Amino acid sequence: MTTVVRHRLFWPLAMLVSLLVGNLFFTPDFFAVEVRDGHFYGALFDILRQGAPLLLVALGMTLVIATGGIDLSVGAVVAISGALACQQISGLGDQGAVGGVLFAVALALLLCAGLGLWNGFLVGVVGIQPIIATLILMIAGRGVAQLITDGQIINVNSPPYKAIATGFLLAVPVPIIIAAALVAIVAVVTRRTAFGMLLESVGGNAGASRLAGIRSRRLIIIAYVACAVCAGVAGLMVSSTVSSADGNNAGLLIELDAILAVVIGGTSLLGGRFSIAGTVIGAILIKTLDTTVYTIGIPPEVTLLFKAVVVVILCLVQAPAFRARFTRRQPAEVARA
Amino acid sequence: MSETEPVLVMRGIGKRFPGVVALDGVDLRLFPGEVHALMGENGAGKSTLIKVLTGAYHHDQGDITLGGEQVAFAGPHQAQQAGISTVYQEINLCPNLSVAENVLIGRSPTRFGRIRWSAMRRRAEDLLARLHLSIDVGSDLGTHSIAVQQMVAIARALDVDAKVLVLDEPTSSLDASEVDQLFRVMRGLKDEGIAILFVTHFLDQVYEIADRMTVLRNGRLVGEFRTAELSQLDLVAAMIGKELAALEDIEEAPRREVAALERGTPIVSAETLGRTGAIAPFSLAIHKGEVVGLAGLLGSGRTEIARLLFGADRADQGRLRVDGAPVAFRGPQSAMRHRIAYCPENRRTDGLVEDLTVRENIILAMQAARGWARPVPRGRQDELVARYVKALDIRPADPELPVRNLSGGNQQKVLLARWLITEPKLMILDEPTRGIDVGAKAEIQRLVVELSDGGMAVLFISAELEEVLRLSHKVAVLRDRRLVAELENTDGLDTDRVMAAIASGGAA
Amino acid sequence: MMDLDTKVAPAPVTARVRRFVPRQKYLPVTATAVLISLMYGIGVVNYTGFSDTQIVLNIFIDNAFLLVVAVGMTFVILTGGIDLSVGAVVALTTMVVALLLENGWPPAVVLPVALLMGSTIGLGMGLMIHYFDVQPFIATLAGMFLARGLCYVISTDSIPIDDPFWVRVSNAQLWFGGWFISISVLVALAVVLIAAYVLAYTTFGRDVYAVGGDPQSARLMGLRVGRTRVAVYTISGLCSGLGGVLLSFYMSSGYGLHASGMELDAIAAVVIGGTLLTGGSGYVLGTVLGVLVLGLIQTIITFQGNLSSWWTKIFIGLFLFVFIVLQRVVTRRRR
Repeated sequence: MTTVVRHRLFWPLAMLVSLLVGNLFFTPDFFAVEVRDGHFYGALFDILRQGAPLLLVALGMTLVIATGGIDLSVGAVVAISGALACQQISGLGDQGAVGGVLFAVALALLLCAGLGLWNGFLVGVVGIQPIIATLILMIAGRGVAQLITDGQIINVNSPPYKAIATGFLLAVPVPIIIAAALVAIVAVVTRRTAFGMLLESVGGNAGASRLAGIRSRRLIIIAYVACAVCAGVAGLMVSSTVSSADGNNAGLLIELDAILAVVIGGTSLLGGRFSIAGTVIGAILIKTLDTTVYTIGIPPEVTLLFKAVVVVILCLVQAPAFRARFTRRQPAEVARA
Repeated sequence: MSETEPVLVMRGIGKRFPGVVALDGVDLRLFPGEVHALMGENGAGKSTLIKVLTGAYHHDQGDITLGGEQVAFAGPHQAQQAGISTVYQEINLCPNLSVAENVLIGRSPTRFGRIRWSAMRRRAEDLLARLHLSIDVGSDLGTHSIAVQQMVAIARALDVDAKVLVLDEPTSSLDASEVDQLFRVMRGLKDEGIAILFVTHFLDQVYEIADRMTVLRNGRLVGEFRTAELSQLDLVAAMIGKELAALEDIEEAPRREVAALERGTPIVSAETLGRTGAIAPFSLAIHKGEVVGLAGLLGSGRTEIARLLFGADRADQGRLRVDGAPVAFRGPQSAMRHRIAYCPENRRTDGLVEDLTVRENIILAMQAARGWARPVPRGRQDELVARYVKALDIRPADPELPVRNLSGGNQQKVLLARWLITEPKLMILDEPTRGIDVGAKAEIQRLVVELSDGGMAVLFISAELEEVLRLSHKVAVLRDRRLVAELENTDGLDTDRVMAAIASGGAA
Repeated sequence: MMDLDTKVAPAPVTARVRRFVPRQKYLPVTATAVLISLMYGIGVVNYTGFSDTQIVLNIFIDNAFLLVVAVGMTFVILTGGIDLSVGAVVALTTMVVALLLENGWPPAVVLPVALLMGSTIGLGMGLMIHYFDVQPFIATLAGMFLARGLCYVISTDSIPIDDPFWVRVSNAQLWFGGWFISISVLVALAVVLIAAYVLAYTTFGRDVYAVGGDPQSARLMGLRVGRTRVAVYTISGLCSGLGGVLLSFYMSSGYGLHASGMELDAIAAVVIGGTLLTGGSGYVLGTVLGVLVLGLIQTIITFQGNLSSWWTKIFIGLFLFVFIVLQRVVTRRRR
């Protein structure tokens, strides 16, 4: 089994490595890590720091996709989270007050959890197709975010809030720490408990899971809530980076990048088996692509074109027709197992 | 007829999947105007052979000759055009389209590219009339019963100018009169010179309708026989390729001793329990160590009773008691808390999670009962799984293999293992022996006897009356979604009396 | 998701069933029609000038391109697929049209090129979906990235269109009585009629429904599932190309940011129009009504005056919710 999993992650990993190595040609000191003011700097850290929001959204998305669902609303949730936090902070007497910022952050995440609950309710309890259930919030959520900001871009001047995206902890950028911590939490919760297996069971065969006594409703709701909270944290990072909230554009299209990251990581959109390691690789791959295009000096908008190429290549390489020549080797493996 | 040229010859057909040789040098000959049975255990390669024949799979070796010409089908469409029509066991029609469209789609009558709806309806009505079926052909297929849908599928196959008609277990969801009707149609087609390839698990049906048969075992050809020249016992021997001792053991075992059973407080008792539209209120008590058989035709409410007792559906009338105390199940997990287990009829859709491994599938119910936060320790998982893989002889004995790679019989055993590790007091088995090979069938029957001897109560549902009678202490008879009789399995009880009870509605 | 009540009683074939089923089938479309009348009634009662027929015609004028795109989307969704690329393909078409016209290509060449390009992108996605078994969501996502990316390769700025033919068409008003429509509306209505005919009266149309009902069965019934699936994405691409041409009339410019999020509007219109996202059930007429609902929401918010633009999104979300729940109730009862 492990050989198969390794096999599944082989192509994304190979692509990531070749992209990173390719960067060396354009930026010879690409892999250099510099310590400045006791903080780590370098292209690799930049990729991870800038990629943290996408990684978080993709992380939550992995759980939802494992249930056989999909969450299109994460982009809107990113916007709502940042909007509410900034709106709260801008109303503070002292925007630098750590307590006030923490309250704003908690409130934003609570609202996101509520939005996740709504999605989970529509999918798990009402039984609406996930793509449609979350389409509702995807469309309406942008409106809600603009409602919160009253259609304006809210600027804040709050050092504690700014630290979420640009601070350092033990010389490491804070977003990387937050992302790593959440990845670790999700990995532990899914694989050290039975959560992951039951999720895969529900995603693999919902009817059979019910008859095996699994309360899929709860699992599905938890997955959507986790996804929305992850998106909420990502939203805080996005708005903290620029110290402002833009209800219209924050997190635009991030849902698609996140789904892409999950799929690149080898998790099927049909649900069932999922791979968190794969998602991490997928998200970093996408962000590396962004960075690469930027360093080569191509207009950033054209990144989309490269993403399309990556998707097509990965899909084709993983397509059965292409894989046929590799599977010849498989019978031997099966026989050995 | 036997000395005419065969219409279809498959010679030396080989087909391999990654890690598995599904077919190895299989031959098949079909003559015009014959009904030819394709026999074999599950996993013998019958469905693979049919899929090769109908163009759904491509074979790796061998060749196919149809009407004297060598053919190679790129897909079902080509096979159909060449005159090979197929009716599959699982109804392959579109429930969202009208009956008429389902009969004719792919060859709808058109004029200048415009579909002639009225002509289409008329033709569909004519075709269905040939099967003595009179329904509104404009209605959606999905609104009709499975049996009607099956007939529609056959009508569809008949419309093609078929030289070869493949019927892949068409009778598994039909009742006796519908089977008769189907056989009448088959005989008619036979007289028209069509070659019919017939796949079924019911031996009696083979001997009733088939002229010749081809027997497969483990992907290889055992032989081609005339039905008249092969006894049922020899056929079974050819199919399973080993001595029949295993089966005969059970066959000759004395009837279950009803007298030996001590009936105290029932483990589970239903009192006028019912669900509107599914099953009329019924009363039934199941005691410790007792096997209660449910007999009745398909659709008579057997599965509905099972689902009510397991909490899969909610009862809207009556009361259910477990160990004498009234309970209200809010879902399968409530039933599981009272240690009731349920192996559903349809393994693939309701039972197994094919993505998961054998180990995960076995552990699933136990884990579900504990909740996700309290995982079964891995050491204990491995120990439990190893024990049951060994006890039930699940093959291949690799718990980390995806369960989809197992054969039907082994999948059924995985499902049984899932529930056995939860140590249930009542085990509900819904058609546990359907569609699995004779050897596995005998093993499962023996297991039921062992479990009940060990004190477990079993509700045993099967379409085969012999099997029900052999295993049960008591037989509950169902008819038209109503429990009509409860018969103690004493010496006087035989299949005739059970059938009489079904037929008369309980006055046996 | 939760097909739990599969063990329903075999439905007895009675007259009651026969009469009842068709009504249920048309229920979602009927509900949309009722909703439209209701919204229209509210508009007429509350706002002066709302009852002017020109208001309704303006909805068609302002949404002709969306209607064309949504019709293409209907084909895809009927097969159980989805096409996320439509907005991007529309934008790319406006871009290519603007670029070619700027370079002095004659309109008679530009038009077919635009349509051909849309179809080709659709064809490519369809081939990927069918032959390489890529999920529609992902394949059309790639198409979306590709098309938007190409827009920016052409230019990151807006390109104005001043070709005389284009200007004439975009300014043309077809008057009848006291009202007028644009040429785009005529084109859109023609597309609707053709699509409705194809779906109801051609073998291809019925294949689309069959594939959406159960692709596995459709294949075993000998239908060319692959060809049908590739064809619907090609049609959707063609409709996006045509929608892009209509948008270039409407906007008189080509721009990579045109039609952003249009895929969502198109999907919303199709769903509100009563087409099941699982495929196999729905009508082009429903899609027309769905587009009308979206247009009416905007119109009412404009008339209301004191509502900010974001309420449009919230209302669309709300209507989506209502319709989806309604569909859920209907399909549950049908089973």
